[in-house]
Amino acid sequence: MSKSADEKGRKKEKPEEQDGGKRRPVIPRLISLLRPEWSKLLAVTALTVVSTGLLIIGPTLLGNATNVVFNGVVGKLLPLGETKAEAVATLRAEGQGDLARMLSAMEVAPGVGVDLNELARVLSLVAIVYALTTVFSWIQARMLTNIAERTMFRLREAAEGKLARLPLRYFDTNPHGEILSRVVNDMDNVDTTLHDGLSQLPTSVLTVVGTLAIMYWVSPLLATVSLLTIPVVMAVTIFMAQRSKDEFTAQWDQTGQLTATVEETYAGHAVLQAYGRRKSMDGDFRRRNRRLQRASFPAQFLSSAIFPAVVFVGNLNYVVVAAFGGYQVATGAISLGAVQAFIQYSQRFSSPVIGIAAQMNALQSGVVSAGRIFEFLDATEEPVLPALPGGSVESGASPKTASIPDGSIPGGRRIRLEDVSFRYEPDTPLIENLTLEAAPGQTVAIVGPTGAGKTTLVNLLVRFYEIDGGKILLDGVDYRELSRDQVRRCFGMVLQDAWLFHGTIRDNIAFGREDARDNDVFAAAMDAHVDEFVRTLPEGYDTVIDGDATNISSGQKQLLTIARAFLADPGILILDEATSNVDTRTEVMIQAAMARLQAGRTSFVIAHRLSTIKAADTIVVMKAGQVVEQGDHKELMDREGFYHELYTSQFAETPAP
Amino acid sequence: MAHSHTKTRAVKKLRRLEPDPGDRESAPKGVLISLVRSYVRPHRRVLGVIALMQVFQAAGNLYLPTLNANIINNGVIKADLGYIGWAGGIMVGIAVVLCVASLICLYLTAWVATSVGAGIRAAVYDRVQSFSVVEMNRFGISSLTTRTVNDVQQIQLFVQVMLSVLVISVVTTFGAVILAVKEGPGLSLVLGISVVVLVVLTGLVVVRLLPLYRTVQIKTDGLSQVMREQISGIRVARAFLRTGWEAERFGRANAQITNTAMRAGKVYALVTPIVMGVTNLSSVLVFWLGGRLVAHGTMPIGNLTAFLLYLLQILLYVGIAVSVLVLLPRAAASAERIQQVIDTAPAITEPPKTSVPFAITGGVEFRRVSFGYAGSERPVLDNLNFTFLPGKVNAVLGGTGSGKSTLLNLIPRLLDPSSGAVLVNGIEASEQSAERLRLDIGFVPQKAYLFAGTVADNLRFGRPNATEQQLWQALEIAQARDYVAALPGQLDARVERGGANLSGGQRQRLSIARALVRRPSLYLFDDCFSALDAATDARLRSALVPETSGATVVIVAQRASTVMDADQIVVLDNGRVAGIGTHEQLLADCVTYQEIIASQLGTGALT
Repeated sequence: MSKSADEKGRKKEKPEEQDGGKRRPVIPRLISLLRPEWSKLLAVTALTVVSTGLLIIGPTLLGNATNVVFNGVVGKLLPLGETKAEAVATLRAEGQGDLARMLSAMEVAPGVGVDLNELARVLSLVAIVYALTTVFSWIQARMLTNIAERTMFRLREAAEGKLARLPLRYFDTNPHGEILSRVVNDMDNVDTTLHDGLSQLPTSVLTVVGTLAIMYWVSPLLATVSLLTIPVVMAVTIFMAQRSKDEFTAQWDQTGQLTATVEETYAGHAVLQAYGRRKSMDGDFRRRNRRLQRASFPAQFLSSAIFPAVVFVGNLNYVVVAAFGGYQVATGAISLGAVQAFIQYSQRFSSPVIGIAAQMNALQSGVVSAGRIFEFLDATEEPVLPALPGGSVESGASPKTASIPDGSIPGGRRIRLEDVSFRYEPDTPLIENLTLEAAPGQTVAIVGPTGAGKTTLVNLLVRFYEIDGGKILLDGVDYRELSRDQVRRCFGMVLQDAWLFHGTIRDNIAFGREDARDNDVFAAAMDAHVDEFVRTLPEGYDTVIDGDATNISSGQKQLLTIARAFLADPGILILDEATSNVDTRTEVMIQAAMARLQAGRTSFVIAHRLSTIKAADTIVVMKAGQVVEQGDHKELMDREGFYHELYTSQFAETPAP
Repeated sequence: MAHSHTKTRAVKKLRRLEPDPGDRESAPKGVLISLVRSYVRPHRRVLGVIALMQVFQAAGNLYLPTLNANIINNGVIKADLGYIGWAGGIMVGIAVVLCVASLICLYLTAWVATSVGAGIRAAVYDRVQSFSVVEMNRFGISSLTTRTVNDVQQIQLFVQVMLSVLVISVVTTFGAVILAVKEGPGLSLVLGISVVVLVVLTGLVVVRLLPLYRTVQIKTDGLSQVMREQISGIRVARAFLRTGWEAERFGRANAQITNTAMRAGKVYALVTPIVMGVTNLSSVLVFWLGGRLVAHGTMPIGNLTAFLLYLLQILLYVGIAVSVLVLLPRAAASAERIQQVIDTAPAITEPPKTSVPFAITGGVEFRRVSFGYAGSERPVLDNLNFTFLPGKVNAVLGGTGSGKSTLLNLIPRLLDPSSGAVLVNGIEASEQSAERLRLDIGFVPQKAYLFAGTVADNLRFGRPNATEQQLWQALEIAQARDYVAALPGQLDARVERGGANLSGGQRQRLSIARALVRRPSLYLFDDCFSALDAATDARLRSALVPETSGATVVIVAQRASTVMDADQIVVLDNGRVAGIGTHEQLLADCVTYQEIIASQLGTGALT
C-alpha cells in the first residue's frame, strides 16, 4: 500500500518521533527484559558460582594428587627406617642445602613409596568434583537457553503487539523494509547477544575473580608474579579490539556499498542490457569488490590476531610461573603440586580474559540492535481518542458511548462527511472542508489523477487516520462516539493489490470474518464465482497459497479478495478498481462479482472504468488532495471543468502517439 | 567457553532473513569442497607457507610439555636452578617463535580467505551479468544479491576457519598421540578410549543438532514471512478487524520457533559438558593409572605430567574440530546456492560472427514464434505470426499474463524464442550480436529503473555525448521538463539508486526521456504509460508523434485508450494472437477486443 506514501510526495522521513524524555539507556533496559525470569536467573547464578568454584578447585586437588605421587617418589629414594628430620639433616650435612629445604617442606615418609590409597582418595574427590561440574554446567546451559529463548519470545511478542497499536501513519512514513529489518534482523542480533552474553560473560568474570582469589590463596608471591602479565593482556586486547573494531566498521561499510552496487546492477539488468551499458557497472563492481577485500582482510586478520597475542602472553606467564615456581620448589618454599596447580590456573586465567574482551565487542553490535528495537517499541501509538462530553476516553476496542447495529443492514448504510478537514503534515493542507453524503445503496465514484488523494479519502472513511476538523457520521452517529472497531466493522474493502497471506485458500477467505464457518466460506466463494476454480485445484480449499502467491493467477487472487469481502458482508464497500490486470475473461468475471457485491450496499469506488463512473450516483473528482468537483456524470460534463478535461483526455478523442 | 560462542554464531549464520525457495535440504558437501578447492588452488604457494607455519606451531605446542617435563624432572627434582633458567629461556624463545608463526599464518589465512571471497563474488557477478531475463526472473534480484554477497561471506568465513585450524589440528593431534604414547606407553589405552568416547559423544550430539538447526532456520524464515505479510497487509487486517487473529498466527509461529530453538539449545547444552567432562575425567583416570606406574617405578613422574598435557591438547583439538563441524552445513548450503548460479548457462549467447552496426529500418517480423519457460506446461507465447509495420505505430494489447512483455523482450534479444524466429531487418535476431542489435533500439521497460547519479547521467545512458539541449527536448516530450526544471540543480539533481527519491510517474517519464535521447530507429514501450494519469499519458503520446515519425514504434499496453489510434494493433490473449488490425477493424471482427473495450470504456464505446 505504497500509494498513500506516494500521495504525500514520497517524503523520506526519519522513523516516527519518539516519546521524548522517557527513554532509558539501552543496557539497563535490555537487562530489565530478563526480570520475569528472576527466579531462574537466581538459580542459574547460584549454579554458576558453585560450578565455577568447583572448576577452580579442580586443579588444586589434582595438584594434591601430584604431591602424593611426588612424595612417594622422593620417599622411596630415602633409606627405610630413617625419619624425615634425619633425612633432611643428612642432606644438609652433604652440603645439599636446597634439596634439604625442599624435603623439609614435603610430607615424606622415607623408604615408603607412593601411597596408593591416599592417591585413590584424592583422585575420587577430584572425579566427584569434575563430575559435579559437568552436571552443573549442563543444567546451567539448559536453563540459560530457556531464559534467553523465553526472553526473546516475549520481546518478539512485544514487537508484534506494537505492530497492532501503531497508527497507519507509521507504516506510511517508514519504509516497510526498514520496519521489517528492525523486527527481524535486529531481533536476531539481540538473540545472539543475549545468548552469548548470558552464557559467557558471568562465567568469565566469575572465573577470573575466583581464579585470582585462589591463586593468592595458594601462593601470594606467584600470584603477584603472574598478575603482572594481566595488564599486558588487557592492553594488547583493548588495542587489538579497538583496531579491529575500526577495521570491521570499514568492512561493513564496504559490504553495504558493494551490496548496493550489486543490487543496482541486478535490478537494472534489463536496462543495462538494452542500452549496452553492462561494462559501465562492471568497473564499479570490480573497484568495490577490491575495496571490500582490502577492508575485510585487515579486519579478519586483526580480530584473529588477538588470540596468538594473548596466547603468547599466556606462554610467557607459563614460563615465569614454571621458572619461578621451580625455583621455589627447589628452595622448599612451595610444593610441586602447588606449582602444577598454578600452571593450570594461569592457563585457565587468560582464556576468560580473552572471552570478556571478545564479548565486549559482540555486545556493542547487540546493544545497537536492541536500541533500534526499543526505538520501534517506543514509537508513538495510535492516538487515544478524545472524550466527548459525557463520554469516556477510548482507544481501540475500549468502551464506547454510542452503539450502532452490527453486521450488514439491508440496503446499505448512510455515511456523511461534514466539513471534514485533514492533513498529513500540520503545515500542508490536504482535504479542506469536504462535505459529502452517500445514501444507503448509493455508489460514489472517486476519480482523479494519480496522487490526487483518493487513498487519503479512503483512509479517513475507514478511520485509518483521524480527521482534524468537521465530522463523519455513520448512520447519523458521529465517528468519535464509536470505537474504531465499530466503524471498521461496517466496512469491507477490495483493494487493487490483492493481499493474500501464506496459508490455505480457506483461511484466506475466512480472513473476512472472525467467526466464519466452512459453509460461509464456500458460500462467499460461490458468490464471488471463484468456488468452481478452487474446486479444480487438487487440494481444493486446502491449497496453500505460497508466500508471493505465485501459484495462482492475479485474476484469481482478485476473486479471492472479493470472496473475502462477501464473507464480511459489510454495509459499506470500498473498491479499488484494478486497471485490467488480468486476461479478458477473468476481467469480466471480476466485474460481475464486484457488481454483485455492490448490490444492496453503499459503495465507494476508486474508479478507472468509464462504465463504473457513468453509473455512479455521485462522482467525487479529486485533484492535488482537494475535492474539486462533485456531482453525477451529466452535471459534471455540463460544468466543463476538470472532470470534463479528464474525461475527454482519457475516453474521448485520444490522440495517437 | 569458546564452544558456545561458536554455536550461537553458527545459529545466527543459519538464520537468514530472506526465505529461499530452493533446496534447504542438506546440500552435498562435495559442492563446497570443489568450489573452495578451485578458488583456493591459485594460492597454493601461500597455502604451503600457511601449512609450514602451522607445523611450526604444532611442533612448538608439542615441545612445550616435554620442556615442562624436563624442567620438573631435571630442574625441580634435582633442584638444579641453572637448568630451570636455561630451559625457561628456551621456552620464552619458543613462545616468541610460536607467536610469530601464528601471526604469519593468520595474516596469510585472512589474505587467502578474503581473496577467495572476492574471486567467487566476481565469478557470481560475471555470471549474473551474462544472464537473460529468464534467469534473472528464475532466481529473483534479492536472491541473486544474497547469493553474491551473504553466501560468499559464509564461504569466506568457512575458508578462514578451515585454513587456520586444519593443518595445526591434524599435526598437533597426531604428534600429541605419538608423543603421549612415547611418554607413557602404558597409558595409550586410556588415551585411545578417551579420544574415541569424545568423538563418539560429540558426533552423536552434532548429528542430532544439525537437523534441529535446519528446522530453526526454516521456522525463522516462517516467522519473518508472517511479519512481512502483516506489515504489507496492515490495511486489510485492520479493515477486516483481524489484527487479533494475526497476533494469534504470529504467536503460533513465535511459539514454534521458541520451542525448536529450545530443543536445539538443550541438545547443544550437552556439548560443553561432554568435552569438559571427558577431558577432566580422563585426566583423573590417567593420573590414577599413571600414579601406579610411577609408584612401580616404570614411569618417571615428569612423564606423567607431560602425558596429561598432551592429553589436554588432543582433546582441545577434537573440540575445535567439533566447532568447525557446526559451521559445515551452513557453508555447504551457501556453496550449493552459489554453484547453482555459476552452473546456470545463460539462454542468450552471442553468435560466433558479429555483424556491423545497422539501422533498424526494415521492420520486425515474428515467424511462428513460440516461447515457453523450461518445465512449464503452457507456453507464454504460442505460434505468433505477424510483422510490426516499419515506420509506423504498432500496438500490442492484452492483460497481464497474456505474454506481451515477453513478446517485447524478444526483439532486443533480452530473450530468445523457444521456437520460430524474430526477424529484424529480415535477418534472424538470434544470429545477430545482441549488443549491436540493441544499439539502435530505445527500450522503455515496464518497471522504470534509474541509476544512482544525476538526472543528466541517466538521460545520457544510451547516448553519452547528447547535448543539454537534446536532454531538455527529450524531457519536454516526456512531460518531465517542468518538474526537472523545478528540481534543485535541474539536470544535475541527484537520482538515488533505482530512482528511489522520485515518484513512480516521475521515474517512468525519465525512463521514456532516456529512450528518446538515444534517437533510435526502433522504440519499444513496455506498458510504460500505465503509471501516468490519463491526461499526462495523452499529452505525452501526442508529443511523441512528431518526435518518432519515421521510426518504428511498438507500444505494449493494457489500457485500450492508449492504443486505440495505433496504425496496427495486435491483440494478445493467453499467448495467442486474438486479432490484428486497426481499432475499427478489430471493433468489427475481434471478440476479445470488443470485450476489452466494453469492460474498460463501457458498452457504449462499441458503437
